[in-house]
Amino acid sequence: MPCGLFFETYQKDESIFPTLWVRGWMIALGIFLLAFPFFAQTVSDWVGINMLNMFILIFIFLVGAHGLNLLTGYTGQISLGHGAFMGVGAYTAGILANLGWPFWICLPAAGVVTAGVGMIFGIPSLRLRGLYLAIATLAAQFILVYAMRNWEHLTGGSAGLLVPTAKIGNFEFDSDFKFYFLALAFAIGATMYLKNVARTRTGRAFVAVRDRYLSAEVIGVNLFKYRIMSFGISSFMVGTAGGLWAFYITIISDEHFTLWLSVQYLAMCIVGGLGQVLGSIFGVIFMVVLPEVLRIPTELLSGIFPNISDIFASLREMVFGIVVILFLIFEPDGMAARWHTIRAYWKLWPFSY
Amino acid sequence: MQEFLQLIVTGLVIGSAYALVAMGFALIYKSTSIINFAQGEFVLVGGYVCWWLYTGLHVPIVWAFLITMVIAVFMGMVLERLMLRPMIGEPIISVIMITIALAAVLKSMVTMLWGTQIKVFTPAIFSQKAIYLGPVLVSEVYLWTFGFAAVFLGVFAAFFKFTRVGISMRAVANDQQVAQSMGISVKRVFAISWSIGALVSAVGGILVGNINGINITLSDFGLKVFPAVILGGLESIGGAIIGGLTIGVLENIMGSYLDVYLGGGVKEIAPFIVLIIILMIKPYGLFGIKEIERV
Repeated sequence: MPCGLFFETYQKDESIFPTLWVRGWMIALGIFLLAFPFFAQTVSDWVGINMLNMFILIFIFLVGAHGLNLLTGYTGQISLGHGAFMGVGAYTAGILANLGWPFWICLPAAGVVTAGVGMIFGIPSLRLRGLYLAIATLAAQFILVYAMRNWEHLTGGSAGLLVPTAKIGNFEFDSDFKFYFLALAFAIGATMYLKNVARTRTGRAFVAVRDRYLSAEVIGVNLFKYRIMSFGISSFMVGTAGGLWAFYITIISDEHFTLWLSVQYLAMCIVGGLGQVLGSIFGVIFMVVLPEVLRIPTELLSGIFPNISDIFASLREMVFGIVVILFLIFEPDGMAARWHTIRAYWKLWPFSY
Repeated sequence: MQEFLQLIVTGLVIGSAYALVAMGFALIYKSTSIINFAQGEFVLVGGYVCWWLYTGLHVPIVWAFLITMVIAVFMGMVLERLMLRPMIGEPIISVIMITIALAAVLKSMVTMLWGTQIKVFTPAIFSQKAIYLGPVLVSEVYLWTFGFAAVFLGVFAAFFKFTRVGISMRAVANDQQVAQSMGISVKRVFAISWSIGALVSAVGGILVGNINGINITLSDFGLKVFPAVILGGLESIGGAIIGGLTIGVLENIMGSYLDVYLGGGVKEIAPFIVLIIILMIKPYGLFGIKEIERV
């Protein structure tokens, strides 16, 4: 809490960006994000990473990670099936787009279908908690990916499914530059939604279900309703992310949505910080940037060790595992908590007493 | 009918390996209440280490087997001390995540060291010669696998029932605080549980590796164990054994009869379909402890 801040009305107390400084920084961030694509090429050439592509991936996965954070961080339900849920969204969007449906219907439809699937697999959450739920969603993951691979006349099987580019009216999002703004809009929308949902009656009910579900039930929170609702909203978001991803990469197959993706989603939320909006943002940035950063030393070393690119996939997996382990042991509350600590330190520096 | 019997027998053999791994899993869950997503990677490491000692370094099989077991025990102990003990008291999701991350590390380590090609024990340890068991044709290696698994299951069941360490483990599983106040070192029991869990999985890996060869998909074993333990009830070691055998048979039967309708690979997901059905009907399994909550 910054010093010299005195709230005089409840409205002020509830505002998301309480001070002028914070508002200023948010506007600066907004301007930066809007202006970024115009000089992205220069930055990409400079660091040797395709920045535009990376930002788009961050935005897309942010929508999904916010979804999982709502479910796992706010409602306390573990899901190991979000990778497959994302796939459900991607395939729905792809199949509908191939039928000639317009983009702006395909995407919500992807969300709705995924929400339905997520709610079905969320039904066991009424009777099961923690460990059992993790296992139930794990089963969902395998069953859904199996369906994607074997329901060939619908999904195209392991050959994959071609998806047309997104189009609103006559405007086609056919380049990274154009798609950037689309993905940015969705990322901002999802972030604002998650930030606000925690302040509503529903959001408070979610948190109550997470913290002490027996007490929540005693004071009149309908456990089943809110758990299923949480699964529904969460799957809707991840399904929308899947739809966006399908329109971005334009060819999808079951290989994209394995257990590994679910694990990555979960890792994003945990490494970033559960139950915090900032947490999923940090987590997504970290998980998308990490493999890109790892690629640079790998390419440099490939001159010395020619077969290092063969083990790149396992190297990435290993670094991922080690990072997650270190985070869980040394900073179990995630990067968001570390961020708050650092900020608090500088706020009081040099008189930290 | 004969085909059906054949499926049951081969299912039982794979099921016995599932039962071994599931026992390790249930043991770890029972005494430390940690759900171990890296169980399959223990299987993988066991299989690879033994293969490497036997085929790569030409160590006699008995010694290769024993050394693998020692390594597995050591690995279980070290992992428990370094990674799982700091997690005591953390929320379930963190504990689940750390075992998933551990799985990723172990798996990538194995890939880096030994690649992704299928490795076969050469020269073969057990002969592949087929013999008639009543009307059913079974290869000898299957019988050996089943025999070994049965011996290990029996030995460990007796170990929990009769030895001092086994009884202290059951005491910790029952109530940690009471066990501690009776002078049982809970930390030691945790370490022993993890080493036994790793050991039985490694044995499972060696046994299965003898049948089909070893490659990275051996770690899927760890995921197939979930249906087995859920069917048996998470806390029950006897249940894990029965669950393992049942899942082995079920996946074999469902795999060969439903493949025609669903287009191949049913064997891979059959256990998970069974799992969902069990969770819907009888979430605490056959022998699990039903949680009763009082306000």
